[in-house]
Amino acid sequence: METAYLIETVIKIVVILLVFSALAGIGTYFERKILAFMQRRLGPTYVGPYGLLQVAADGVKLFTKEDIIPTNVVGRIFKIAPVITAATAFMAAAAIPFLPSFSIGGYEVHPIVADINIGILYILGIMGVGLYGPLLGGMASANKFSLLSAARGAAVFISYEVVTGLSILAPIMIVGSLSLVDFNNYQAVNGWLVFSQPVAFILFWIAAFAETGRTPFHLVANDHEIIDGFGTEYSGMRWGLFFIGEYANMFFISFVIPLIFLGGFGDGSVLGAFALLGKMAFFFFFFLWTRAAWPDVRPDQLMMLCWKILMPIAVINVVITGFVMM
Amino acid sequence: MFEAIAFYLFAFLTIAMFYITVTTSQALYALTALAAGMIFISAFFFILGADFLGAVQIVVYSGAVMALYSFGMMFFDTTREVKEKQGNKYIVVGLATVAAVLVVLIFSAPILSDNIIALYPIGEAGNTQEVGVVLFTKYLVPFEVAAIMLLVAMISGIVLAGKKMDASLTLMTEKEIQDMRKEKKSKKALL
Repeated sequence: METAYLIETVIKIVVILLVFSALAGIGTYFERKILAFMQRRLGPTYVGPYGLLQVAADGVKLFTKEDIIPTNVVGRIFKIAPVITAATAFMAAAAIPFLPSFSIGGYEVHPIVADINIGILYILGIMGVGLYGPLLGGMASANKFSLLSAARGAAVFISYEVVTGLSILAPIMIVGSLSLVDFNNYQAVNGWLVFSQPVAFILFWIAAFAETGRTPFHLVANDHEIIDGFGTEYSGMRWGLFFIGEYANMFFISFVIPLIFLGGFGDGSVLGAFALLGKMAFFFFFFLWTRAAWPDVRPDQLMMLCWKILMPIAVINVVITGFVMM
Repeated sequence: MFEAIAFYLFAFLTIAMFYITVTTSQALYALTALAAGMIFISAFFFILGADFLGAVQIVVYSGAVMALYSFGMMFFDTTREVKEKQGNKYIVVGLATVAAVLVVLIFSAPILSDNIIALYPIGEAGNTQEVGVVLFTKYLVPFEVAAIMLLVAMISGIVLAGKKMDASLTLMTEKEIQDMRKEKKSKKALL
C-alpha cells in the first residue's frame, strides 16, 4: 500500500512537471500568435508550420545561452531567485485536481498529488511565496531599475493577498470546506457558485491578474517604463525559469478559478473533464486578450484600486454573505 | 519512516536557515534565510497533521517577511555588507549564560512534560473546524485581545504615516499639480 502510493505520487509529480513545463513553452507561442492576431500582425511564422517550432527554437536558444552573473550582484540570491519562481509555481499545483478521478485497468487514479483539506489556502500561500522570485531577483541585481521593480512587486504582493483572501472567504463560508475537491462536489449538487457569489468571482478574477503579474497589473516588469524590471540583469535559462514560472502560474490559476466558481469538472464524467479543460483554456485566453486590449495601470492607481475599491467591496460581500447564511 | 526522514530533514534546514540569519552580515542573505526558515517551520505543522496551521504559517510569515524586505530596501543598500558595531562585551557574556540555562531547561523539559496533558487539536471534524472551535470558545479572550492590539497598531500606523499627507497627486488634476509646483509646496504631496 505504502509503496504503491509512493510510486503513484512520484509518477503524478513527474507528469505534472513535464506537461506544464511544455505547456509553459507552448503558452508563449499562443501568447505571441494571439497578440499578433489582435494587433494585425503575423507573429512567429518562419520556424516550422505556422511558426509552431518557434517554441523549440526559443528553448534551444535559452538553454545554450551563456549564463552571465554580473559583477556586483549578490551571487547566491541572484542565482536562486528564478528557481523560487518556477519551483513555487509547480508546488502550488500539488493541491489542484486537474481531472476527475478515473481508473486504468481497475486501478483508481486521482489526478491530484495531495488532497489536503486546506487546498485553497495552500495554493494561495504558495503562489504568494512565488512573488519572492521577482522581489529577490530585483533586490540582488545591483540595478536601480530592478530595485524599483522589486519594490513594486512587494507592494502588489502585500496589497493583493488581502483581496484574494477576502474575496474567497464568502465561497468558503458557503461550501464549508477548503478543499477544491469539496468545492467541485458541492457545485455538482447545488449549482455553480458564480451565480450565488458573482461579486467574489469578479474580485478573485481581478486579483488573479495581480497574483500572476499580468497586464494590466504588470508593474513588476513594466516594459515601457523600466526595461524588464527584475529580469534586466538575467540571461539564458535563469531568465527562462522566470518565464516558465509565470506561465505555469497562469495555467494553474486558470484551473483554480473554474474549480472554485464555475463548477470545475462537474459530476466527474468525461464530458465534465473536457468542460474543465475548456474553461481553463478560456481563462488562459482571457489573460492574453486583456494584454492585447488594455494598457498597464500606474502603481498609485493599482494601490487605489486595491485598498479603496476592491477591499471594501470584498469585506461588504463577506458581511452580506454571513447575514444571508444566518 | 517517512515522517522521521522529513522531520530530521526539515529540522536541519530550519536550524541552518536561522543560523545564517543570525550570523551573516549581508542583509539580503539574512532576510531570505529568515523567510526560508519560516516556511520550513510550516513543514512541522504538516507532519503533525495540523494542515491549517501549516498553510497559515506560510501565508502569514511570507507576507510579514516581505514587509521586512521593504524596510531593508529603504534603509540599506542590500547588495553591500553591513558593518556591525561591536557592542558591549558583557552583553555577549550575559546572552551566553542565558542560552546555557535555556539549553538545560529544554533538555529537562521531557522530565516535567509527563505531567502535562496536551490539548490535541485534531479531532474528527477536520482540523480547520477544530481550530475555529478552540479559538472561539476556550481562547476567545486572548483572541479578542490580540485583535484589539492589532487595531491599535493599525490606527497608530495610519496616524504616523498620514501626518503630512495634505495633498494627493492621484486625486489632483494636471493644472492643480502645476500650480502646486509653482508654489513650491511639492514636498508635502505624497503619491
